[in-house]
Amino acid sequence: MAPPGKRRPGFSRRAQYGVFLGYVVAVGGVILAVVLLAIAIIDPKGFAALRGLALDITAPISSATRSVATFVGGVGEGISDYFRAGSQNAGLRQQLAEAQRESNRRQALEHENRRLNALLGLARQTDDEVTVARIVGSTFEAPRRLATLSAGSAAGVAPGQAVRSPDGLIGRVLETGQWASRVILVTDAGSNVPVRMARDGTPALAVGRGDGTIELRTLEVGQNPFRRGDLLVTSGIGGLYPPNIPVLVVTGFVGERAIGRPVADPARLDYAIVQRIYQPAAAGPLDRAPPGQPAPPVAAPTPAPAAAGARR
Amino acid sequence: MSRIAGSETEVAIRDLRRRFVPLASTIVAIMMSLLPIVASTLWIPNIGFLILITWRLMRPEIWSAQVALGLGFAADLISGAPLGQSMLLWTLVFLGLDYADSLLGERDYWLDWLLAAAACAFHSAGIWVIALLMGAEISPWLMVPQLCLAILSYPLAARIVLRLDRWRLTR
Repeated sequence: MAPPGKRRPGFSRRAQYGVFLGYVVAVGGVILAVVLLAIAIIDPKGFAALRGLALDITAPISSATRSVATFVGGVGEGISDYFRAGSQNAGLRQQLAEAQRESNRRQALEHENRRLNALLGLARQTDDEVTVARIVGSTFEAPRRLATLSAGSAAGVAPGQAVRSPDGLIGRVLETGQWASRVILVTDAGSNVPVRMARDGTPALAVGRGDGTIELRTLEVGQNPFRRGDLLVTSGIGGLYPPNIPVLVVTGFVGERAIGRPVADPARLDYAIVQRIYQPAAAGPLDRAPPGQPAPPVAAPTPAPAAAGARR
Repeated sequence: MSRIAGSETEVAIRDLRRRFVPLASTIVAIMMSLLPIVASTLWIPNIGFLILITWRLMRPEIWSAQVALGLGFAADLISGAPLGQSMLLWTLVFLGLDYADSLLGERDYWLDWLLAAAACAFHSAGIWVIALLMGAEISPWLMVPQLCLAILSYPLAARIVLRLDRWRLTR
């Protein structure tokens, strides 16, 4: 392209000073940016008001274009469904029969559970839902996996609250605007969720890998207890996530480590349920936590209670 | 469109177009990150950054390094990146390109592409380091598909910017 002759703009002192001043501003800006980044690293909640405002302004744009993207994404799936109709039908029939059996068994269990609860005088807590909102988009240009939710502090959403779909856990609220909020997905590399195996209650930490999969870190040293197809649910340890929300299914192993896929497929997310922080003390600073915390629901070597939520 | 402006307003409109098409097109590219795509892995290039460096390489004279600072600030707020990330990386890229210009003098298309590739590699590495500092341990290999695609899409970006530049300067 054209040679950049403008860098030394002739003999005019004024113009030369202008270019020099530009560099001074740029270098000053670099220093400012480093300071801002340091603040963001030390305190991820810094500039919450500014970032929340930006979120409020930009979320409607994602929201408005949402239907187009869903349509485009659905077309490919529709075509492939058409070609696989026969085998899919047989598979679905089998699944339906299995689901029917499972449902019968569950009804019996539920009945028994209700009876036992009544016997113990326990009331089931169901009003832990803050709001229902739509996932309107996510970061796709950055290595972090953050999604935008169409509800903010006006609807009661606050940082730290768990976000789930009917299928399973989606993530946790990171920052909020008035009408929109940003969610850190369970597949993000900065997200770690305390989980336990649904089969036998083995505790583990589900850490995102940033590529749509989740890595399982066991809390005990020894043999890898996971098998392919194992379901892992939140354990409630740490106090942020309510227990018993499905998180991931183990799909394979990389070396010694078990790798899984999230139960709630982030690419097909539509509606999300925001839930209250399970134990509100967990979201605050440690010294403000009341003494004598209730025992965690699963007896396990407890990770530092705030560590699960504090890392970003 | 007539080649001669018919009225004062038309002159004003053309002047605005000449001045603000690079800025406006870059902001539109930055806002592409708002598209409701939920990707589970990283492969889509950072469109805003790509268009920004393409303008910078094609028209070195229109922007000084401090423009990258302002645009980076906007990009950080729009895309939800940690505040300061794009401000830092984009301004450093601009300063680096200024230095490269002072060394190289004349550039051709292939050298532009090479510089764009180097800028993209620096950008990806910077984002990876910042994510690491913020506690997200990501495998460096995860950045590679996006980087490759960004480098390969430079010719496309160059053609888009060239189109816009021609339209901007038509009388």
